[in-house]
Amino acid sequence: MIANWGLIWPAMTAAFLASLVEAVEALTIVLAVATVRGWRPAGLGALTGLAVLALTVVALGPLLDHVPLHLLQLVIGVLLLLFGMRWLRKAILRAAGVIPLHDEATAFAKETAELRAQARRNEARLNWIAAFTTFKAVLLEGLEVVFIVIALGAGRGMLVPASVGAAAACLAVAGIGLVVHRPLARVPENTLKFAVGVMLSAFGVFWTGEGLGVPWPGGDFAIVGFAAMFLAVSSAAVVLARRPKPRALS
Amino acid sequence: MMILLRELAGLFIDDGALALAILAVVGLAGMAAVLMPNTPLAAGAVLLFGCLAALVSSVARTDRH
Repeated sequence: MIANWGLIWPAMTAAFLASLVEAVEALTIVLAVATVRGWRPAGLGALTGLAVLALTVVALGPLLDHVPLHLLQLVIGVLLLLFGMRWLRKAILRAAGVIPLHDEATAFAKETAELRAQARRNEARLNWIAAFTTFKAVLLEGLEVVFIVIALGAGRGMLVPASVGAAAACLAVAGIGLVVHRPLARVPENTLKFAVGVMLSAFGVFWTGEGLGVPWPGGDFAIVGFAAMFLAVSSAAVVLARRPKPRALS
Repeated sequence: MMILLRELAGLFIDDGALALAILAVVGLAGMAAVLMPNTPLAAGAVLLFGCLAALVSSVARTDRH
């Protein structure tokens, strides 16, 4: 039971935090479209995106049961490494100031400006463009959430805790978005991405190793150790990348 | 559809060199698991430290540029 909780909490927390980031990004685009073109095309696109997402999960979900466990762990582990380390790398570079922070308010302004520019070019097609924009945003961010849930939950029967974490995050963001009608710019997105990148990378190493037949010392608790190592190395990388750069000669 | 597929691929691959390095590390860990079946932790060590090295090297490369 203790070992189970050792895996349930990290899986649920990682799914919650990762889904929070994805839901905030989708909400920003839906709000931008709703601001420029109203809720009808924004809602239509978002609902169609959710429907396609649900159909994809219903159609492909049962196939997971037919994949051999070691192969499933290996494939999911490698995808988690690609996905998690990509997030972690970006979060390190943003924390160090090498690349600019992602800002929901800026993303909102950019999206509304693009839609207004398209409105000037072609008013007639705009409702379709607006609906497609929210459809694409909800589908892509939703696919990321589904991937994270499957990746964190499929290997050890943790699909339910991971789904609960993801659903709680999506419902919380949708609820807050409906109330405040503004992009959630105060969410510390880079800190979340840093934490989630660490956790996904740790899960990625664990599942890939399991897929290769590595008997990790401590079993499931090895994930905590991997997360600590990724956190230590990433924090050191932020400090090193943040060091004062030599001035270029003018 | 092409836009969707391109964006889907982008979920996993941002810095191509980092993606290649991760795949190379997994390949090396797989080779270690096959060649040293009596010491399976060697594959785990290759995997863990290889991934950490790939991450640091990718950050350092981007920082230099």
